[in-house]
Amino acid sequence: MELAEIGIKFALVAIIFGISLVVAMYSTYAERKIAAFFQDRVGPNRAGPFGILQPLADGAKMFLKEEIIPTNATPFLFIVGPSLAILTACIASAVIPWGQNVVIAGRTIPLQVTDINVGILYIFGVVSLGVYGVMIGGWASNNKYSLLGAIRAASQNISYEISMGLSIIALLLVTGTLSLGEIAQQQHGWHWNVIYQPVGFLLFLICSFAETNRTPFDLPECETELVGGYHTEYSSMKLGFYLFAEYINMFISSAVMVTLYWGSYNYPGMDYMNELLGATWGPLFGFAVMFTKVLLFIFFFMWVRWTIPRFRYDQLMDLGWKVLIPLAIANIVVTGIWITFFS
Amino acid sequence: MSTFYFIAFLSIFFSILVISAKNPVHSILYLILTFFTFTIHYILMNAQFLAIVNFIVYMGAILVLFLYTLMLINLNKESEPVKPFMVKLAAVFGAGILMVALVSSLKSLGASAPVVLTNPNLGLVKNLGKVLFNEFLLPFEVSSVLLLSAMVGAVLLATKDSKEPKATI
Repeated sequence: MELAEIGIKFALVAIIFGISLVVAMYSTYAERKIAAFFQDRVGPNRAGPFGILQPLADGAKMFLKEEIIPTNATPFLFIVGPSLAILTACIASAVIPWGQNVVIAGRTIPLQVTDINVGILYIFGVVSLGVYGVMIGGWASNNKYSLLGAIRAASQNISYEISMGLSIIALLLVTGTLSLGEIAQQQHGWHWNVIYQPVGFLLFLICSFAETNRTPFDLPECETELVGGYHTEYSSMKLGFYLFAEYINMFISSAVMVTLYWGSYNYPGMDYMNELLGATWGPLFGFAVMFTKVLLFIFFFMWVRWTIPRFRYDQLMDLGWKVLIPLAIANIVVTGIWITFFS
Repeated sequence: MSTFYFIAFLSIFFSILVISAKNPVHSILYLILTFFTFTIHYILMNAQFLAIVNFIVYMGAILVLFLYTLMLINLNKESEPVKPFMVKLAAVFGAGILMVALVSSLKSLGASAPVVLTNPNLGLVKNLGKVLFNEFLLPFEVSSVLLLSAMVGAVLLATKDSKEPKATI
């Protein structure tokens, strides 16, 4: 690989990293504004016009607060926990295709950092690794509430990973590839996978709510029962990392859902637009389309959070094991029969 | 090749830490690192699918359950059973004999010729799936029956005491 290519890849990584951080930052702001709207309040409006500088103020506050490590905690693991949470949140974006190849100054640049041929499985691996951040942090705090939160997170993630994996298998039967780049290409125009896999999408959506620990499945940090859940003992930026990781995860899982089911960067009439805008601006417009879809999903996450109350823990487990897994298996069987007889 | 030696060194290093760590939770964390180095080994051997499955199943699921169980058990110095001196001596003696046997058997061992793969892309998902579902279909399906029986056994063990009142969460 020549030096220029390495430079371009590096720039791409930096841009994607920057975008995910900015999106996560402004998700906190959007969440508070949306919550305020739902509850007929004003929301943050002091820092800058419409409170637009609130995330920066929050960030500064987080960094400047006193750092507390409890006396009986395991100091090294106490720091590893949040670091691992933010690390796993950031590395998942590497395999997501953000757009078609862009031609800039005569050079074709793919808008995907790497198209490994087991892309979906890579995302699964990273997601399943994410639970360690919560578990290690919760255990190292040496606090009963933290430990209970960590254990809830572990059992919840494992249970919902199964139905998530099964919902993906049905999708793989349709697409026939594990590479996210190819899956995105196959959905050209309006041939989005959600048309062929509506049940699979619904299952995936529910499971990604559970995997990102968002309401109605935010039992690991259920404040009515567990004080603050796994991050009870955390303060300053270490707490900030946990909260930030949740918003990055939300962004990434929205991006994965858009890539797998909602047509990625494709939209009806994209060929016409590509001819009209040329090889540089056409794909970039596709990127903007994809980004809009991702933001809509992030809004959906927040909409659900401020609308639906939290599940009880046994209800969560019942839903995961007795409803979602049988439904996912039935979906695979139906998809298999359909493919065998009708195509 | 130097990458291999470095990763192999890390594997051995972490697996020694697994058995020498005082705290059981720490030793599970070292075990996770050990499995991570195995994943890198698989990638070095161009076995992408195996690498990622090792990553998801072992690191992402099985060891999470290990950690989960260990966190629930109250393991500390007070509850640890203290073995009598004679038992310890017998253990050291037995392990010493085992080491002598291993060393002597290793000495007589000749280096085997390295296996050369006819198809270097065998580890990719497509090739692996074709091999598994054509040539090795029967062993593959039989092993799934094995897993099923393990699952049924676990359920049976968990619900053995039907006379006692059911625990409610």
